[in-house]
Amino acid sequence: MIELRDLHKSFNAHYVLRGVNLKVKKGESLVVIGGSGSGKSVLLKHIIGLLKPDQGTIFVDSSDLSLLDEEGLKEIRRKFGMLFQSSALFDSMTVWENVGFGLKRHTHMPDDEIKEVAVQKLKMVGLMGVADEMPSELSGGMRKRVGLARAIAMNPEILLYDEPTTGLDPIMADAINDLIIKMREELNVTSVTITHDMKSAYKIADTIAMLYNGVIIATGTSGEIQNSADPVVRQFVEGRAEGPIKLEGINR
Amino acid sequence: MLIKLIEYFGAVMEKPLMGLGRIMLLLGSTLKGIVRPPVELRNIVNQMLQIGVNSLPVVLVTAVFTGMVLALQSYTGFKRFGAEGLVGSVVALSMTRELGPVLTALIVTGRAGAAMAAELGTMRVTEQIDALETLATNPVKYLVVPRFLSGMIMLPALTAVTDIIGILGGYFVTVMLLGSSSTTYLRATWDYLELQDIYSGLVKACFFGAAFALISSYKGFYTSGGAEGVGRATTGAVVYSSMTILISDYFLSVWLFK
Repeated sequence: MIELRDLHKSFNAHYVLRGVNLKVKKGESLVVIGGSGSGKSVLLKHIIGLLKPDQGTIFVDSSDLSLLDEEGLKEIRRKFGMLFQSSALFDSMTVWENVGFGLKRHTHMPDDEIKEVAVQKLKMVGLMGVADEMPSELSGGMRKRVGLARAIAMNPEILLYDEPTTGLDPIMADAINDLIIKMREELNVTSVTITHDMKSAYKIADTIAMLYNGVIIATGTSGEIQNSADPVVRQFVEGRAEGPIKLEGINR
Repeated sequence: MLIKLIEYFGAVMEKPLMGLGRIMLLLGSTLKGIVRPPVELRNIVNQMLQIGVNSLPVVLVTAVFTGMVLALQSYTGFKRFGAEGLVGSVVALSMTRELGPVLTALIVTGRAGAAMAAELGTMRVTEQIDALETLATNPVKYLVVPRFLSGMIMLPALTAVTDIIGILGGYFVTVMLLGSSSTTYLRATWDYLELQDIYSGLVKACFFGAAFALISSYKGFYTSGGAEGVGRATTGAVVYSSMTILISDYFLSVWLFK
């Protein structure tokens, strides 16, 4: 369904991706793990065409993103839903207008029907009675849920999650994990999640891939990654400060 | 030595030229966005309210006091050689040709331009612009085009108001406070003012409106670096827009009044 081949990307002199190869099968839940600043977000933004690679190709459903014009890219994007790290809700609109944004723009549905769909999607992510509130009135966990409701509003085939549990308390984080699993079971979506929360990764992943130094250094099931012999992977999943991964700007 | 000099020159010029290139690209996609359907009517109306209607009070105050001080100063000066009768012409010509468009543009830049950069900048750093794209919405068309069009339409409209109010302010000082004759003032205004003075001022205003909206949108749209970045974008929007208005004013005047 999604395939990245030899992806390279640099910003000014900073080389972020150095040849990423990755495949996501239809219906699979892939989790990409990696440290802060390892280029996980950059990788995710390439999949939906928010960033263009310096070199390499991205295939979504066998169409090459780099060959698409604006209209083609728009079509492809309608297959996607994306949950942003900061939720990225439009703060000038109410909750239901946020959720119904895609419907309003890409369908001819009247407003009251859009609101109905929005309320139903909100219910699906466990939110009730907030449709008319402004995003600024909600807590972080609720905003994440609204973001998720917006991402699923157009019934996407692929969901992208950018650090879905970052900044949430452990209970709320686990509730979001459950939602991610629920989305997959009920909507039958393919999902790509990037995270550094290993608990979350083990829970939601079919496959885990680790991004380090701009390349994927290991791919495997939760169990395989947990028991990996690779010292870099071991250090990361066990969360130790000592090991082959050097912390930027910290001298030991 | 020569190579060093060229290298230095290149290093200094790289950033401004890159900025100029990017703003031209943004202008290109904005113009493309204007002609391509659908029309973002709701956003355009909203921006016209923001830029036009909400700027009205501050523009009115500026206009009336500018007209008043202009009349006061030229009256005092002209009296020295007995030309007080021409105060009306001076006020009318200065307002329509120069002060109306330029002052309105500067005031609106300070108000609406700063707001544009801050709003778009915040949307950029909180990933709302990325979110628009993932919802298959072209952010230039959705955000920049309405601001650009509203700037181009509302600035001439505000300038027309400034022209009229400025002339009335001049009338108030000259006739009511300084006791000049009402007929003389109105005649001096009417006889020397040509249609070309008014519309060339409005053409300038249209250009200034497009310029400040484009520059402010550009600064906001390409913000990076969190809250500090938004602050930088806002300052940059006001500074570069004001500079562009003042510098282009000279060249537009040369072109329009030759």
